Amino acid sequence: MAKHTITMTINGEQVTAEVDSRLLLVHFIRENLDLTGTHIGCDTSNCGACTILLNGQSIKSCTYLAVRADGAEITTIEGLAADGTNHPLQKAFHDQHGLHCGFCTPGMILRSVDLLKNNPNPTEEEIRWGISGNLCRCTGYNNIVKSIQQAAKEMQNESESV
Amino acid sequence: MFKCKTSAAVGGMGHSVKRKEDARFLHGKGNYVDDVKLPGQLTMVMVRSPYAYAKIKSINKEKALAIPGVLAVITGYDLKEFNLHWMPTLLSDTQMVLPTDTVMHQSQEVCAVIATDRYIAVDGAEAVEVDYEPMPAIVDPFKALDEDAPLLRPDKEGQKDNKIYHWERGDREKTDEVIANADVVVKERIHLPRIHVASIETCGCVASYDKDTEKLVVYLTTQAPHAIRTVVALVAGHVGLSEEKIRVIAPDIGGGFGGKVPVYPSYVVAIAATFLIGKPVKWIEDRSENLVNGFARDYHMDCELAATKDGKIQAFKVSTLADHGYTDSSANPSKYPTGMFSICTGSYDYEHAFAELDAVYTNKAPGGVAYRCSFRVTEAVHAIERMVDKLAAEIGKDPAQLRFENFIKKEQFPYASPLGWSYDSGDYKQTLEKAMDMIGYDKYKKEQAEKRAQGKLMGIGICTFTEVVGAGPSKDFDILGIAMFDSAEIRVHPTGKALARFGTKSQGQGHETTYAQILAEELGIPYTDIEIDEGDTDTAPYGLGTYASRSTPTAGAAAAIAARKLRDKGKKIAAHLLEVSEEDIEWEVGKYFVKGAPEKSKTIQDVAFAAYTNIPPGLEPGFEATHYYDPPNLTFPNGAYICVVEVDEETGAIDVKRFVAIDDCGNIINPMIVEGQVHGGLTQGIAPAMYEGIEYDDEGNVLNGTLMDYLVPTAVESPHWETGHTITPSPHHPLGAKGVAESPTVGAPPAIANAIIDALSPLGIKHLDIPITPAKVWEAIQAHKN
Repeated sequence: MAKHTITMTINGEQVTAEVDSRLLLVHFIRENLDLTGTHIGCDTSNCGACTILLNGQSIKSCTYLAVRADGAEITTIEGLAADGTNHPLQKAFHDQHGLHCGFCTPGMILRSVDLLKNNPNPTEEEIRWGISGNLCRCTGYNNIVKSIQQAAKEMQNESESV
Repeated sequence: MFKCKTSAAVGGMGHSVKRKEDARFLHGKGNYVDDVKLPGQLTMVMVRSPYAYAKIKSINKEKALAIPGVLAVITGYDLKEFNLHWMPTLLSDTQMVLPTDTVMHQSQEVCAVIATDRYIAVDGAEAVEVDYEPMPAIVDPFKALDEDAPLLRPDKEGQKDNKIYHWERGDREKTDEVIANADVVVKERIHLPRIHVASIETCGCVASYDKDTEKLVVYLTTQAPHAIRTVVALVAGHVGLSEEKIRVIAPDIGGGFGGKVPVYPSYVVAIAATFLIGKPVKWIEDRSENLVNGFARDYHMDCELAATKDGKIQAFKVSTLADHGYTDSSANPSKYPTGMFSICTGSYDYEHAFAELDAVYTNKAPGGVAYRCSFRVTEAVHAIERMVDKLAAEIGKDPAQLRFENFIKKEQFPYASPLGWSYDSGDYKQTLEKAMDMIGYDKYKKEQAEKRAQGKLMGIGICTFTEVVGAGPSKDFDILGIAMFDSAEIRVHPTGKALARFGTKSQGQGHETTYAQILAEELGIPYTDIEIDEGDTDTAPYGLGTYASRSTPTAGAAAAIAARKLRDKGKKIAAHLLEVSEEDIEWEVGKYFVKGAPEKSKTIQDVAFAAYTNIPPGLEPGFEATHYYDPPNLTFPNGAYICVVEVDEETGAIDVKRFVAIDDCGNIINPMIVEGQVHGGLTQGIAPAMYEGIEYDDEGNVLNGTLMDYLVPTAVESPHWETGHTITPSPHHPLGAKGVAESPTVGAPPAIANAIIDALSPLGIKHLDIPITPAKVWEAIQAHKN
């Protein structure tokens, strides 16, 4: 198995590692870096539990080779907010009861970060389509939609007050 | 309505306090099974059968073992040495752990590859050479009954055909007689398809055996850790695994829904592997393995409902054929092979009913899990609720009106149902009225008439269900003989903060919050000062776990009663501190005071401190209590759901315009959490109603074994749910509470099916089985046009 040396920035920290060409990014994150907040729920890119931010864009790390992420800047759920603080989306998911078992939550939140970056004031329909690549089996989505609406509002207020 | 007795800061019952467990999940710090990493841990991957039914002629391990990093390939023959190649199921059937000569369903475990990492293990699994001799599979359960059908389980002594058991309840003769003489009888064969819980976390375990301490620790995706511990001790006792040396830890669980109750063969293989190799072994199921193994539902129900010509229901009869796959591994209470199916008489008052069921073997995966449903209640409710609608259509009566005329009345509770249940409480009329008001039933009836006049297809569907949850009283309910009580153990520390442990296990339900709220209600200690701990059999009191909406009815009640024991002890301490006799002490939430002199009082925290520092003479020190709660009855939540749909005649597309769910689960601990549970259950209700169903071809191949084609609803398919409540407390539960989280999964499918069929009724369509997909609707429309 060919080995490759890759370097990337994960949650603000630079990491360098030697990996097999076939290693998936999600396994690199979970097994090599012990960042287990990124989850695996399927093997067909359907569930979105493995969603991370790669160069600011949400991607499913279960169908992305680690070598392809060489040079990238990655944010996982662990790095979304400084320790002991919440990103507005984390706060909103708590306030609106947007999570039950928590397994889809990291992916759902990181997908929502990207959604709100590109569409800061989405309609309910835009939110529903926007998170339709992420499955949740617990919440029925009502409160996830409300969470994203709350975060959108708070983030807009924040940006206006800056 | 329920009136809160505590302040928001104390956060007892009725407060929508935010969840205590959220922070770790929001920050990626949850600890699920796949996050467990033990030193020296190995990975196990299963080799699975491509055939539904085949002889195994040989298994060649050589090429796999030649791969660097592959340490072992374990086959059925390896397990046979220890007599571990078969295991008993919870319902006294037998299931292969690993086969020695025959595979009975596609994707059955054939052998296990153990390697240093998961990539190498997968390489190893691909390198194992298995020589199969395929045989014609039995896929259709009705064909399993044919006289010339091959005998699928010749291994079972005395087994002469493919029947597993016959079950019946009620008076067949009288029911037949009433049906024969009735003005109106409606009949239908209703199929509830095979579906999967599809929790976003699949199943898995990390098994670790230490040869020095002889201790086996198993991190496991299980909803019932204690029951699993006992099962492991019973199954593997003969190889030296003794129950005190087994520790089952259910860490955070990424959704359970009943799918994490059974003991899956791979768990047993992982345990055998760590036992043999002496290193921790992790097995994590992939999604296809998950969807193709285990199942729920799969009942074919022949229903007959008899009534007078003006719609008074007189009798209900249902004869069911149940497809159990190659073994009956249903996780049901021992005395209830068909679960609580006999709740099928529904919310209606009539005298005569008969239900029977035949279960058969086929070449499909075993399972029969109680998927977000208190053991076959979903099937039962679908049967009666479809038939009531069919009756309404037959006699031309409004389905709401028909239900009002047949409801069990408020004053009839406790109500003895024709098939032997004692419904505890309900006000069905009020619940349906509330749902009709909320959705604007009359307005939609008018709109429907207008749309029909224009040739458009619009439907309104109702479901008024009664659930039966909270198993259960020990005289009737056990699993492997173990009574289905549940437990709570409370330790109040000297500083007045507390730790409470339970025999249940949350999988997202929010136990860390709601149990703390129950204790806050009973003791007045703020919910934020109470830690809740579950899932570790070395520390938690024995309990039967979380499924069948039993946590609040059983462990929640145990918490209340344990807290009351503490309050009684606290009364003695308060009397000592206030220098009065115990009879002069009164309690209000959070404090004891002297009768007639409320200014003389001691808080619960004062009393807890005194329990360790200033103990009354003769009283045992400490402030702890435990209770094992054996419920006197089950609880019977109910609900009224109304769905409005529009169907596009050209394409068959179905648009769910509105869905209103009014639930009555008695007194509510946390309204926010209850509403969240209802939302989630409703999406798991629309799923089988419109999208999900495991499909097989004639050879027994699963056609939709990935999330690409097994359609779990996304936020787009899931409507905006509208919810509400009526509150009829359970008279026998210490908190007046009932279970709730399964009601929506049970109630939504018939409401949606009834709405779609109502929409299609002008075309002469009278029934469709779920999942009602656009393709199925379109085909039905074409068939009725021609």
